[in-house]
Amino acid sequence: MSEKEVKNTWAERSRSLEEIFEARIARDEKIEPKDWMPEKYRQTHIRQISQHAHSEVVGMLPEGNWITRAPSLRRKAALLAKIQDEAGHGLYLYSACETLGISRDELYEQLHSGKAKYSSIFNYPTITWADMGAIGWLVDGAAIINQVPLCNTSFGPYARAMVRVCKEESFHQRQGYEIMLTLCRGSEEQKAMAQDALNRWWWPSLMMLGPTDAESVHTEQSMKWKLKRKSNDELRQQFIDQTVPQADILGITMPDPDLKWNEKTGHYDFGEIDWEEFWQVVKGHGPCNKERMTARINAWNNGEWVRDAAMAHAEKNANKKVAKAS
Amino acid sequence: MSVKKKNWPLWEIFVRSKNGLEHRHFGSLHAADAEMAMENARDVYTRRNEGVSIWVVESKNITASNPAENGEMFEPAQDKVYRHPTFYHLPDEVKHM
Ligand SMILES: [Fe+2]
Ligand SMILES: [Fe+2]
Repeated sequence: MSEKEVKNTWAERSRSLEEIFEARIARDEKIEPKDWMPEKYRQTHIRQISQHAHSEVVGMLPEGNWITRAPSLRRKAALLAKIQDEAGHGLYLYSACETLGISRDELYEQLHSGKAKYSSIFNYPTITWADMGAIGWLVDGAAIINQVPLCNTSFGPYARAMVRVCKEESFHQRQGYEIMLTLCRGSEEQKAMAQDALNRWWWPSLMMLGPTDAESVHTEQSMKWKLKRKSNDELRQQFIDQTVPQADILGITMPDPDLKWNEKTGHYDFGEIDWEEFWQVVKGHGPCNKERMTARINAWNNGEWVRDAAMAHAEKNANKKVAKAS
Repeated sequence: MSVKKKNWPLWEIFVRSKNGLEHRHFGSLHAADAEMAMENARDVYTRRNEGVSIWVVESKNITASNPAENGEMFEPAQDKVYRHPTFYHLPDEVKHM
């Protein structure tokens, strides 16, 4: 066979492998790490799963700001448990990502160098206690809407991680809403604090569900691979429809004069989202981008001696065991 | 300059959710040694009473079958229908069998 013939045969073979692969996903079969997969599938999954993992980990920082200042022991225990869950979510997702043949160190390196993204919502500051309420209610609420469909995604380790994550998220949202409820039933000042937090977190929460469908580059391929089941705009509408009545119960209002129920569509109409702000934050110009990255990089660098010491200790112990046995 | 130190190895975590059930694979994590893997597994995978027993196995010690060879590996079982009870035809009068 000539070189060209060999190449053609190879191209044909991999095309048919790809067809078999796509057919498996269409039949709702799961893909497991050692199965053959197109390189693009691998890369897309590394990108999305790691971005998701980074978001869980960076997402601990805005809430970590309030652990020592939680207003009661009950709130403090709940907030600590929630943040610990987010660390767990990061770990489930990093492990799932590593099955695709990328190391944890490479993943951290991509985060620290700015090559990998994380959810832009975590670049906003948490300036009052009410922000802990608004984050649980809105940010975890929007995350749940994003994550529930992923429990059925095609890549087995990702789907299994998402099942565990979704089980744990419900408490996050409920504890946040309870904080809001307590503030709204409190003094005038407390209710004003809750309203202020809603004012600041509402729009960024809507942006969390991603760019509009017209601007979203990955949607079609992601739908095929079940990385996405509904479009960003559908998810956003679902989030708005379920959240507005919850604000009514609190007795506070969304900072959107155009928000109103539409009898005809059976959905809420809402005002224009400031996408310029979204892209600015994604590109690194949000209020806390630098602070968040500095915190992560410092945690990694300052923890190096601990990691090395633990490894040295483990090796010493292993050698001792060998010496004893011989 | 110091030499690049070794990274913490990867461990696979198996949890028995209650007595009477088998240990099931829950996920993986990095730890310096088995003892640390055990402690981390407790914190990562059993924060809500998900288990009564944990096994940790260093990932490199697992030998896995290769899905590309699933044909040779599993097809021989496919044509052995005589391993299933429905292969044997008995008259309807025969009860409890
Ligand atoms: Fe989470
Ligand atoms: Fe959460």
